[in-house]
Amino acid sequence: MEFYVISLLNGLSYGLLLFMLSAGLTLIFSMMGVLNFAHASFYMLGAYAGFAISQYVGFWPALLIAPVLMGLLGALFERYALRKVYSGGHVPELLLTFGLSYLVLEIVQIIWGRSTVAFTPPLELQGPFVTLVSDQAHHIQWIWRWEGTDLLNSLCKLNAAETVSVSNSATDTVQCTPFPINRFFIMLTAVLMVILLWIILTYTRLGLIIKAALSYPHMVEALGHDVPSVLMLVFGIGTALAGLAGVIGGSTFITEPAMAETVGSVIFVVVVVGGIGSLIGSFLASLLIGIIQTYAVSIDTTLLNVFANLGINLSASLSHSSIFNLSISQIAPMLPYLLLVLILIFRPSGLLGAK
Amino acid sequence: MTQIRPINLEGKLIWLLFVAVLLLAPQFFTSNFSLAIISQIGIVIISCLSFNLLLGEGGLLSFGHAVYTGMGGYFAIHALNAWGKTDYFVPVTLLPLLGGIGSLALAFLLGFVSTRKSGTTFAMITLGTSELIASMALMFSDFFGGEAGLSGNRVTGHSFFGITYGSQLQVYYLIATYCFACVALIYFFTKTPLGKLLNAVRDNPVRVEFLGYNTAHIRWITFTVSGFFAGVAGGLSAINFELVNSEVVGPVRSGAYILFTYLGGINVFFGPIIGASLLVLTYNLFSKLTKAWLLYLGLIFFMSVLHLPGGIAGVIVDNTNLMRKVFQLSRLGSLEGRLVLRRFYGLWLHYLLLLLSLIPLVMSLSLIIEMLYQLQLTDDISFDMVFAGLQINPTDPYVWLLGATGGLISYAVFHLIKRSTSTCSSELSELIKDNLRQTASSAEQTTLGVNL
Repeated sequence: MEFYVISLLNGLSYGLLLFMLSAGLTLIFSMMGVLNFAHASFYMLGAYAGFAISQYVGFWPALLIAPVLMGLLGALFERYALRKVYSGGHVPELLLTFGLSYLVLEIVQIIWGRSTVAFTPPLELQGPFVTLVSDQAHHIQWIWRWEGTDLLNSLCKLNAAETVSVSNSATDTVQCTPFPINRFFIMLTAVLMVILLWIILTYTRLGLIIKAALSYPHMVEALGHDVPSVLMLVFGIGTALAGLAGVIGGSTFITEPAMAETVGSVIFVVVVVGGIGSLIGSFLASLLIGIIQTYAVSIDTTLLNVFANLGINLSASLSHSSIFNLSISQIAPMLPYLLLVLILIFRPSGLLGAK
Repeated sequence: MTQIRPINLEGKLIWLLFVAVLLLAPQFFTSNFSLAIISQIGIVIISCLSFNLLLGEGGLLSFGHAVYTGMGGYFAIHALNAWGKTDYFVPVTLLPLLGGIGSLALAFLLGFVSTRKSGTTFAMITLGTSELIASMALMFSDFFGGEAGLSGNRVTGHSFFGITYGSQLQVYYLIATYCFACVALIYFFTKTPLGKLLNAVRDNPVRVEFLGYNTAHIRWITFTVSGFFAGVAGGLSAINFELVNSEVVGPVRSGAYILFTYLGGINVFFGPIIGASLLVLTYNLFSKLTKAWLLYLGLIFFMSVLHLPGGIAGVIVDNTNLMRKVFQLSRLGSLEGRLVLRRFYGLWLHYLLLLLSLIPLVMSLSLIIEMLYQLQLTDDISFDMVFAGLQINPTDPYVWLLGATGGLISYAVFHLIKRSTSTCSSELSELIKDNLRQTASSAEQTTLGVNL
């Protein structure tokens, strides 16, 4: 039981991290029609910038400075490079951001090397946020962070030693499953970000201008607003969001040169599955993919066992083939792309995309 | 009624030249290494041209072209190994076709989901399907051979008129034959009504729909055709290397096709051929020269998208067209004609200066990049390195100062020359336009006079 609850929470937090990224991507795409291939590169750069800045001023200021820096870099890129290729259609824009992703990867490796950097979260973001303690009767007790570590120690730490020594008699002991606070922090930041974004786009004058510039650029320009600057601002906000996700994601998971590639293609899947240009769609798709992947990596059973449990007996040749002997956790990296293909076959416009 | 067209001598000459180069190349590149290089170039030419069928002709940017070249290789090597176990005659010569048919089937299937939309959506979906295949390649070791990949032996079965593919030269001629056939077929594809429709789908899809054609079907057919040629290239590379591993379907390979096809030039038919040659040379020679080659590649690509959207082939074609017009005008012998000619030579002088000013700029930029790489990524204990034949210590601040000031000064010079080149070029094209208009209007007057 506690496995399902914790996996759900982990999946939600990973999904919300994906949403922070895909929100920026969708924002840029729906406002400007530009698919920013280098979006995940800004995520990576944000993580590295956060790491570097936190060395000097600590984590919390870095959480603020690094996204702002990413926003500035994004705006500069839009102003001095991307703007020059708008006239050529969407393919040159894609190619330019594709080239940028190459450059960012190499530059990151020049500055910070090819291995991982030790970007650890501050003390406030270490340790569990909530611990699920289940006794032998499968009765679950939620121990929150503010209830103090003493209670936790008295329940778990002692038993942890016992579980190791008499691991077979696990029924006698209490099982403690922690949910780390930095994962909770991801959820919190993502939710706050969505609310803030929604307020800006719906209730402020700036949001009004942005939305108007999307629909009637010439009219907005005639009213005296600088539409190119608005687009630059939108691009900057999008990359700043990626930078924010980078600082949090980099400190929670791992900060390495491969992080852009691992998350990059997944957020494209999120955007397509959710319906291109739909913010709510990408929200749902992020959560879906986050939860699917988190559950999949923690399930060890093979397809063969799944079929056996369902009462289907496979022939001998099939049960020896490598496909059916792979565990679910091994095929987990493939699942988002499989979902993409299935969605494209059965619902080509995505979950919430316009027809 | 058949239409009589004048024989395009120039076009015929280019094809003859192409055949001659393919046939005679082994005479000039005799060493094993250079023979291996030209064999690879022959293969990659097919890959890049099949890629450009999508990007250049159809405006479809695919992020997963390596799936089709790579899977062609897998189909071919499986067939080779399966046949090798039997006593039947093994037609190794026809294996690339088999790879092509396999990739054609795969492109037909995946094309169904990816070609319904064009532009950005198409690009995203091809990225997704390519990741799907790439992640499958690491999981299903039965088909993909796992980490080590699959190896085969191309010298199987009975020899056919002495052709055993035991020597690299025989493999080269196999590749050259396929290369010529594929280049010719792809060229003719672009000239068919379907090829023309494809261009129309790229430029104005709404209008094509209005004329009653299904744009998605045209994209789908092209995607399938492109997959076939990619598969042929994959099959050839399976025979050439006798090894196929999961890297061949990976995103890095797909990225290389995009970078180099674009650098070669996507709007001109022979652009990808230049790009393919550059790709092989870069991966085999340039990458050995410096650790920073990916950064240089990224920079060159980035600058090319910004400033040279036509790629290398675009530059060549633009300047040949200009030259043709200039000589046509100067042949008239008028005063304006001579003026145009003089301006034209001035433009070439500017080009020369531009190239010259580029040398110190590139030198100082690469000095800085090389020093950065040396400081960050070297495994040596001492940082000393050799740059342009000189022993350099990258911890020395004077070298940095030299690199920075040299870079700034040469950039300023380059920028000035570039500006004056672009004014010179626009003046020349203005002048040519004026002159052509004048000659056209005077020609019109004479015909009018005859009519009267």
